[in-house]
Amino acid sequence: MKKLNKKALRVLLVIGKYARWTVGIALALFLTWRIYQVLFVQQAFTADTWLRFALSGLILGGMYALIAIGYTLVYGIMFMINFAHGEVMMIGAFCCYFVFEALRFIPAPIAGNPDLVFLNAYPILSILIAFLVGMTVSGFSGYFLEKIAYRPLRHAPRLILLITAIGASIFLQNAAMLLFGPQRKNIVNPDILTRTAGWTIQVAGKPVLISYTGAFSLILSALLMIGLYFLVQKTKLGRSMRAVAQDQDSAALMGVDVNKVVSQTFIISGILAGASGVMWGIHMGLVNHITGSLPGIKAFTAAVLGGVGNIPGAMLGGITLGVIESMGPALFGIDFQLKDVIAFLTLIIVLIIRPSGILGEKLTEEKL
Amino acid sequence: MLKVENLNVYYGVIQALKGISFYLNQGEVVALIGANGAGKSTTLKTISGIMRPREGSIAFNGEEITSKPAQDIVKLGIVHVPEGRRIFARMTVLENLYMGAFTINDKAQINQDIQEMFERFPRLAERKNQLGGTLSGGEQQMLTIARGLMSHPKLLLLDEPSMGLAPLLVDQIFEIIQTINEQGTSILLVEQNAQMALAVSNRAYVIETGTITIEGDGDDLLKNDSIVRAYLGA
Repeated sequence: MKKLNKKALRVLLVIGKYARWTVGIALALFLTWRIYQVLFVQQAFTADTWLRFALSGLILGGMYALIAIGYTLVYGIMFMINFAHGEVMMIGAFCCYFVFEALRFIPAPIAGNPDLVFLNAYPILSILIAFLVGMTVSGFSGYFLEKIAYRPLRHAPRLILLITAIGASIFLQNAAMLLFGPQRKNIVNPDILTRTAGWTIQVAGKPVLISYTGAFSLILSALLMIGLYFLVQKTKLGRSMRAVAQDQDSAALMGVDVNKVVSQTFIISGILAGASGVMWGIHMGLVNHITGSLPGIKAFTAAVLGGVGNIPGAMLGGITLGVIESMGPALFGIDFQLKDVIAFLTLIIVLIIRPSGILGEKLTEEKL
Repeated sequence: MLKVENLNVYYGVIQALKGISFYLNQGEVVALIGANGAGKSTTLKTISGIMRPREGSIAFNGEEITSKPAQDIVKLGIVHVPEGRRIFARMTVLENLYMGAFTINDKAQINQDIQEMFERFPRLAERKNQLGGTLSGGEQQMLTIARGLMSHPKLLLLDEPSMGLAPLLVDQIFEIIQTINEQGTSILLVEQNAQMALAVSNRAYVIETGTITIEGDGDDLLKNDSIVRAYLGA
């Protein structure tokens, strides 16, 4: 009896030693079983439904990725999490709303249609203006956020910066609520981008709608990500950003103005968040002061998921999170209300099994 | 060319430099030697603008540079090659060199300089697309020096270029230092390897706990008994 206990203890010790792996393998087995149940035993959904889930996941993921890049860029340079970043995205969404509303008031009558407004007369130009305004205003928001809230604390302990970021986030949310009111506002798109319009393809005998807004968002976020990657890898600005991220003093000794690079980083991440906000407005169609908060936290999750500080990681993390969130509830056969739980549970699991994220490198002492 | 007067620098409440004054003439190699913690690196950091003095002045070609930020001092032609081979580890050799030429906007000039650096340091040419962090210690040191030379400095501040290198590499590094100097760059050299430093330098200063205690010609100091006892271990 005693011998058996000793043996059991030894087994437990071995399991404890490989706790992470044990947890990981147990989880993987459980999830595989669950997915098998849903896919082959219950067969609750057909192929067309899965495709719809995947598509909406990809679209959402593209937006998450754009916001996540902002978290990662700022973290790479200042080692702080800019918790007000979601609010910058909210500002972008509001810009979309106001630009569309304003353009609806400008009449642009033509012979056959005296009621035509600018928004529908020049839809592509209108969308372009919305993006231009949204990205500019968000870029400036990022710039002033750093200048006013973070720069005076450059040499303060990191925890203080973190608390300041949360404070800035609360401030921006409440400012938006006081300025624009708490009720949700409907964003009415130009007619060519009506949310119910799109291409229809037949999958398993049923129609699947690929909405124009969704396709547009997905393509645009892909283009922006490619653009950013090029900017960071190939241009002088990108090189100086990477240099500052790696070693601020050495970068300054090369003639890099560190303050300027920090400002530029905040502007770039603001622009990306703004683009994502305008896309959110066009695709989702609703905006109020808390629009940015959940996507902001999700994108932060995505950045950590991919490995914070790593740009391809943020992109991968964003897309992965969007898809998991969208397909997860169906895949595990649980309620769709629980999609946020699945998103954050994914983060917890990744942090247990691989704390540095999917593509993240091990953090060295100086970075911690 | 460089004139440092009564420099007082503090780390918080600890005074690292206690009124250091020295000068460097055009075309000279001047060595600062001294033990660990004497204040050699602090002196270089203060000149290049990474640290701020509480008192004192630094003038370069007659221009006051004491309160200028580091990036402006680089543009004047003072390049600080920091100790410990602080290359950008996650950038390729080529990108590191491009960073060195950050203040230069002429692309053709930069490419020509890179070719020149590759001729001077053939090992770097072989590894130009490798990440800086994967180079060996000696290669990293060469990259730091090459990176510093990319902006055509008038004055090069070299901090411990021989630290942690094999004797053969140390010889090579000092040969490079001499060539750089012969091509017209003045050099302020901080070294613990006093023998080598004194051999290549025109003049030298000995720093002890934040003050300059001895100054003189390199050759004279090599014969100075107290120096030999304190720093050359003979």
